Amino acid sequence: MSLKIDDKKRLLREMLFSRRFEERCYEAYVERKIGGFLHLYPGQEACAHGVLEAARPGFDYVITSYRDHVHALKCGADPKAVMAELFAKETGICKGRGGSMHIFDVDKHFMGGYALVGGPFPLAAGIAKALQLQKREEIAVCFLGDAANNQGTFHESLNMAALWNLPVLYVCENNLYGIGTRIDRSTAVVDQYKRVSGYGIAAEQIDGQDVEAVYAAAVKAVKHVRSGKGPFFLELMTYRYRGHSMSDSNAYREKAEERRWSKRDPIIMLRDRLIEAGKLTREDYKALDDEILEEIENEIIKFAEESPEPDVAELEKYVFAENDPWVNGGPANG
Amino acid sequence: MAEIMFWEAVRRAHDEEMTNDPNVICMGEDIGVVGGTYKATKGLYDKYGPERVIDTPISENSYTGLGIGASFLGVRPIIEIMSVNFAWLALDQIANSAAKVRYMSGGQLVAPVVVRSPGGTAHQLGAQHSARMEKVFMGVAGLRVVTPSTPKQAYGMLKSAVRCEDPVFINEHELMYNMKGEVPDEEYFHPLEGSETVREGRDVTLFGYNISVHWCLQAAEQLSQKHGIEAEVIDLYSLSPLDRQGITKSVSKTHRAVVVEEAEPIVGVGAEVMAIINEECFFELDAPPMRVSAVHVPIPYNHTMEKAAIPNAKDVVAAVLKMFGK
Ligand SMILES: Cc1ncc(C[n+]2csc(CCOP(=O)(O)OP(=O)(O)O)c2C)c(N)n1
Ligand SMILES: [Mg+2]
Repeated sequence: MSLKIDDKKRLLREMLFSRRFEERCYEAYVERKIGGFLHLYPGQEACAHGVLEAARPGFDYVITSYRDHVHALKCGADPKAVMAELFAKETGICKGRGGSMHIFDVDKHFMGGYALVGGPFPLAAGIAKALQLQKREEIAVCFLGDAANNQGTFHESLNMAALWNLPVLYVCENNLYGIGTRIDRSTAVVDQYKRVSGYGIAAEQIDGQDVEAVYAAAVKAVKHVRSGKGPFFLELMTYRYRGHSMSDSNAYREKAEERRWSKRDPIIMLRDRLIEAGKLTREDYKALDDEILEEIENEIIKFAEESPEPDVAELEKYVFAENDPWVNGGPANG
Repeated sequence: MAEIMFWEAVRRAHDEEMTNDPNVICMGEDIGVVGGTYKATKGLYDKYGPERVIDTPISENSYTGLGIGASFLGVRPIIEIMSVNFAWLALDQIANSAAKVRYMSGGQLVAPVVVRSPGGTAHQLGAQHSARMEKVFMGVAGLRVVTPSTPKQAYGMLKSAVRCEDPVFINEHELMYNMKGEVPDEEYFHPLEGSETVREGRDVTLFGYNISVHWCLQAAEQLSQKHGIEAEVIDLYSLSPLDRQGITKSVSKTHRAVVVEEAEPIVGVGAEVMAIINEECFFELDAPPMRVSAVHVPIPYNHTMEKAAIPNAKDVVAAVLKMFGK
């Protein structure tokens, strides 16, 4: 199954928007508007966009790691609320309580970003268990990095997902590094898709820089999962263009390697294909980019900057449910 | 009101909640076909089937995480961890996922799971099967910790915990599953907060929870019979949050406090209760409060040494007599 021209153009816009959004986060971090840990996504856009284009964003349940902004946006999260969260504002998507690594938009079925490497593997299986139990059509999609596969939760969760035939799609965004440790220095078997064969899970390895290839593979993977055939594991070969987080110098990577991957920029690859096919001009692209930059600056950043911070008096809100009658022995006990 | 065993009370709560709500499931090692190490889920596999009574692989952290993930979508899992010693492996998902999602998401996502697990020192099970872990769970913001001392509490607390919107850890005790007690015939929901005065007294307050409530009651009886000391016994069935008001009220009445715990004293329930007493009613005290706790060692296998490591009713009596200078 391949994408229609209009869809490709929309994807190009969404991917470029994600890129500019993340780059603007970088600037805001340098300006100290954003604090804490900040893990950016440039270079990997085809992964979230390609896979979720094949699933149903806002309908299927998505969960991921701390590198989570773009997955949330693709699920339909309001970029203003995401940016306001990074700015730690009350209007943030998690009311300034979550931060970059913990974006949630439960209405859009984006079930969150989690900072413990490997933490979402079982949570995704559990979401899938609930979907199976409730006989629902949605599936769970779990995006995690390559290095996460060395956690016990990877093996434990994939075993259970296979054992109980759970509707979950595990997507491994293999960017070849876990912080500064290259995959061949941490992992005995470098091809991650091979590691799931021990659990009898269907798997595929795909070029994660080519959004059309990711989409085509994800269509098959999603169909497999949604039709009740159990979990699927999709490994996407990709690369992050920046350091692991803002505190990472990136000194451990060879320049030649970085150059090689920068020639395979997922956005440029899609753009050039559209230009070659005569469906887009350089001027169109420039206009699109300008429009995005303008939206980010004049709407998104402006909103985040002008929003109020949370009220410190509400520090203890959201620890427990408010007025839950079962805490006091049920509604009959007042 | 029928007398039933502790395990039967836990089993009855499972059964009723599973009948009441198809979203209630239970999961854990050997809970299905086998019916649970302590029979807490006996017969449920045949009644509700393998989809809802799930025998899990030995993957504590991940099956707990799986239950938590399912709870995001309205499923109400009751997760049994076979022994609390194995709950160390599940701490990541309990503390980092279940307890924090509501806060991190600004109130959007909740994890209404119940994790129940027997802890405590039984009969020569050795260091790796004898731990008391309530202190660890009590330190986790966003997690409720309750611990039943009777079959009635075990039944009513599990039912409330299943319906509560917060994650709840229920600390049971391996030695208590065969204890008998009265449980109401009609449906009953026990509070998840507060404390209960199980014996009134005017001279000293003995604070206990779970098994140590029974040591306190035995000690109070002896103190009354043999020494003319009338001890009040407070059951701290909710360990998180602790009942600040209840603790203060009783100490303000008796002016003396002894906290009795099966666990070691270091960063424990006793330490916490004493801190509350200091903060709330220090000037009400007629004597420095005391703790009766375990010796701070891994629990030994040798029977005599094991007994020496763990407190009992006699130790409670001795502590109270010492406090009264007798
Ligand atoms: C349990 C745990 N251990 C260690 C860390 C520190 N840490 C954060 S990200 C990371 C590397 C993860 O790499 P990968 O899974 O490949 O994801 P990527 O960052 O490449 O997207 C490490 C070691 C953590 N957050 N959680
Ligand atoms: Mg990586």
